[in-house]
Parts: sequence; C-alpha cells; structure tokens
Amino acid sequence: MTSVLQVEGLSASYRKNKVLDNATFTVKPGTLTAIVGPNGAGKSTLLKTILELHPSLEGSVSFFGAPYVKVKSRVGYVPQRGSVDWDFPTDALDVVLMGLYGRIGWLRRPGKKHREQAMQALREMGMEEYASRQISQLSGGQQQRVFLARALVMDADLYLLDEPLAGVDAATEKAIMATLDLLKSRGKTVLVVHHDLQTVEDYFDHVLLLNRTVIAHGPTAETFTESQVHRAYGGTLRWKGVASG
Amino acid sequence: MMIAGLSHNAQWVLLGTLILGTAAGIIGCFAYWKRQSLMSDALSHASLPGVIIGFALVGSKNLPVMLAGAAAGALLGALLIHWIRSSSRIKEDAAMGIVLSVFFGFGIMLLTMVNRMAGAAQSGLDSFIFGQAASMVQRDVWLMSGLALLVLIVSIVAFKEWKLFLFDSAFAKGLGLSGRLMNALYMFCLVLVIVVGIQAVGVILMAALLITPAVSARYWTDSFGRMVILSAVFGGVSGAVGTVLSAYGSGWPTGPFIVLSAAALFVISLAFGARKGIVIQAVQQHRLRKELMKPKHERRAAEGGNAI
Repeated sequence: MTSVLQVEGLSASYRKNKVLDNATFTVKPGTLTAIVGPNGAGKSTLLKTILELHPSLEGSVSFFGAPYVKVKSRVGYVPQRGSVDWDFPTDALDVVLMGLYGRIGWLRRPGKKHREQAMQALREMGMEEYASRQISQLSGGQQQRVFLARALVMDADLYLLDEPLAGVDAATEKAIMATLDLLKSRGKTVLVVHHDLQTVEDYFDHVLLLNRTVIAHGPTAETFTESQVHRAYGGTLRWKGVASG
Repeated sequence: MMIAGLSHNAQWVLLGTLILGTAAGIIGCFAYWKRQSLMSDALSHASLPGVIIGFALVGSKNLPVMLAGAAAGALLGALLIHWIRSSSRIKEDAAMGIVLSVFFGFGIMLLTMVNRMAGAAQSGLDSFIFGQAASMVQRDVWLMSGLALLVLIVSIVAFKEWKLFLFDSAFAKGLGLSGRLMNALYMFCLVLVIVVGIQAVGVILMAALLITPAVSARYWTDSFGRMVILSAVFGGVSGAVGTVLSAYGSGWPTGPFIVLSAAALFVISLAFGARKGIVIQAVQQHRLRKELMKPKHERRAAEGGNAI
C-alpha cells in the first residue's frame, strides 16, 4: 500500500527563525494521527508548509505518490478558526458550499444539488438548524463544526486539521471526534494538530511528536510515552497530572 | 431622460460618473473585506506624479497617456508598500503613510514645475487634485466608462471566487484558486477604478468614493452579495448626485460634491441602517428594557403562560 502523505527533510522559517527543521515522516492510509508539541514547535507551520501555504526552505512532500498540485481535490484542509474574519456577511450553509467550489467549477454558480450536499454535511455535524444563521452569530464550537462540514463536503481522502478542538465546548469536541472516527472508518486519513495531551490516547491511534523536528512518530501506545513526550516538551511538563522533571 | 439645466456634455459626464461610482462601490467592498481601505487612498495619491509625467512627456493633455501614467504611479506605489513591508520591520500602515505622502508631495512639486511651462496652465492639470468632471469630453467619458465596465464584468463573472478569496484565502488556495492570481486581479481592478476616477473625483478624494459606499452598505445587510449590490448603488448615486450638484456652479470641483453625497448616504445608513443602525438599535433596546421591566407574572402571561 502506498503512503498517503510522505514528508522528507522539510524545513521552513519565519523571518530568520527556523521553526521547522528537517522534518521527515510518512503517514499510512486510514490512520488518525495527532500532531503534538509545545507552543512554537511548528505544528501549524508544518501543516501550512505541507500545503504550500508557507514556503519551504528545503525538502519534499508528496500526496498519494504525487505532488500537491496534482491531487489538491483529494486533500481537505481545516484551518484554525481564528484564521478568518467571522464578521464576514454570510451564513453557515454558504460557508459549507465553499467546500464544493472546486467541484462546481470556476466561474459557475452552485445549483440545487450542491446546496443539498452542503445541507447534508451540516446535518452530519448536527448543524442543520443553523444553516441560514449568520456566521458571526455562531458560537466558537458551532463555527468549528461549520468548518468541519465544509471539509466533509469536499469528500477528500486526506484531511489536515489545525487545532479543531481549541476553545470548543465538550459537546462540540465529542461531535468533532465522532466525525473524525467516522472518516477513519470510511478509510480516510486524518491528521490533526492537537494541544491537549490528556486526550491523545483516547482520541488518536497515531501520534507525531514535534518540536521543530519530528521527535517521534508511530502508533500511540508505542510513541506516546513519558520519556518521548519529555523529549518533545522539555522538563516543564506535568505527565498525566503528576508534576515531574 | 434629460435632466433640466444640464448641457449635452454634462449629461455624458453624468453617465460617466454614474458608472464610475458603481465600479468604485464594488471594488470598495472588496477592499473593505481585504482590510485594505487605506490602500486605495495611498494608491490614488501615488498616481498624481504619474499623471503629471504623462502630461510632460506628450506636452499636451492626452488622457490615455496621462491615465497610463497614473496607473504606473499607483502600481509603483503598491510595489513599494509591499517591498517596505516585506523587507523591513515597518508595518503596512506606516508603509502606506510613507508612500502616500512622498508620492503626493513629488506630484505637487512636478505639477508646480510643469504649470510654468507654456500652455500647461490651461490644460486643467489642477483638476486632477480635486476632480473636475465638467472638464471631461465625450471621448474621455467613453474611455472611463469602458474601463469601469471592465471592472464591473470581472467582479460579476467571478463573484463566487471573490467571495471565497476574501473570506478565506488559505482555503481558496487549497481548492486550487491561485492567491497570486486573485491578488493581481484585485490590484488590477483597484488601480483601474482609481485611474478612471481621478479626473472626475481627484486623487485626494478618490479613496472616499471607494471606502464610503461599502461602509454604508454594511449597515443594511448580512449578505455579501447584497452588500456588494448596495455598495454599487450607493457609489453610483453618489457619483451622479455629486456631478449634478457641481454642475450648477461654474468651476465647482466635482470631487467634494461626490464625496459629500457619499457621506450623506453614510449618515443615513448609520442612523437608519436595518442591521446596526443607531435608531434600530435604540428601538430594540428600548423594547427589551420595557419587556424586562414588566412584573414577572405579566411576562409569563405574555409568553403564553407555559413558562414556569
């Protein structure tokens, strides 16, 4: 089986600071992986550089054995909620429709069929009743669900999510994780930037520990160990609620 | 339809400023959501030296050459702002301030020098500062309207793409919509509207015609499409009304009248806008307060008596 995502020797910088240094890893199909690391470890930068939203200094990335431009429609990206202006005048359904723009075709208008698909995606996220709600009037968790519905509707094979659980309520966290599990059961591959160490073992079958470079990567049971996490986080970490180090 | 008191030429000019205002209203909406309203001000000021150099090169008033000069000036200004921002620690607002004042100062200096040349004083170069729609002839109107229509078409045909790009450019890129292409197209349209507008509105006030209609439209609607349409209408009305008003006095500059018309529409929107107008909000708050002041049993009765 070929890899879904292969990253080799990827480096990137912001101004003069190298925030990503020689990151190398391969993601297997059908896995649900958490990207974990301290603040400033380059987690978001890793996603952005993989997706060519941020320039890479060196290294290569391939999706399904092909360069990104060839397989864009098979890759769904869910940016951080704070990356857009939620005051933008539009409603939830319209945002979800944006996920279909690639399939609708440039310069064409979305039809009834597309609207129904978008509605279905909202339904899957439990957001049906908010379809015509202004996005500025949605709660943070609801906004995140709209973003996820927009990714769902793309029907991609690989999903990259940047902190989808940051600042959402418990109900939304459950709904999002249920959706990610569903995607996995459909054979999709999911990569999630995650910040909460407490839930890593419950939610993800693979872990990628990152601190400017890949510290460890593999199945959660083998990779997410105290010593490995310490290597990624340094000495200030409380491991499973117990202070150490 | 003929408008009383306006000459044949003035009616052509009216058509020109109407189309200009419409295009400015649409592009102004895009600038608003790109958070670049001030950029339009910097670029219109930056176009002045280009206009004067265009005039000096030909030696007479040749509108296409002067507009090409204006476009070159504005684009150079845009490039400089981008360069200052990306290659130094100076933030974008400061970079815009620098470019705006330096280019405008340079333009005024050139204007003073060129005005001493023979024949220049009569050429109406001064009208590019505050705008003089009356100085336009039919050929100018055709050129302006053609360019403004081009902007209109680009915005309408790619409306869905504009919306996606303005709301979430990173996601747009993931779908294969090139950010570089959209940014270039946006800059192209913005510069085109500025270039088209400076003869009628002037470099100093051009930005007001780009910014004000969009801000006014925001007070009326929660839909991006309706906001763009409203902004276009507000811009077109401001352009036309300002032109008509300035035509009633001899030698009155058009720009200030257009801007004041746009400002009047803004004040009306601010007060009565259906979305967040001051009056609407006051009424809503008053109703809410009255509801909350009622004794509890009355409120329950009002809710149908089933709230326990």
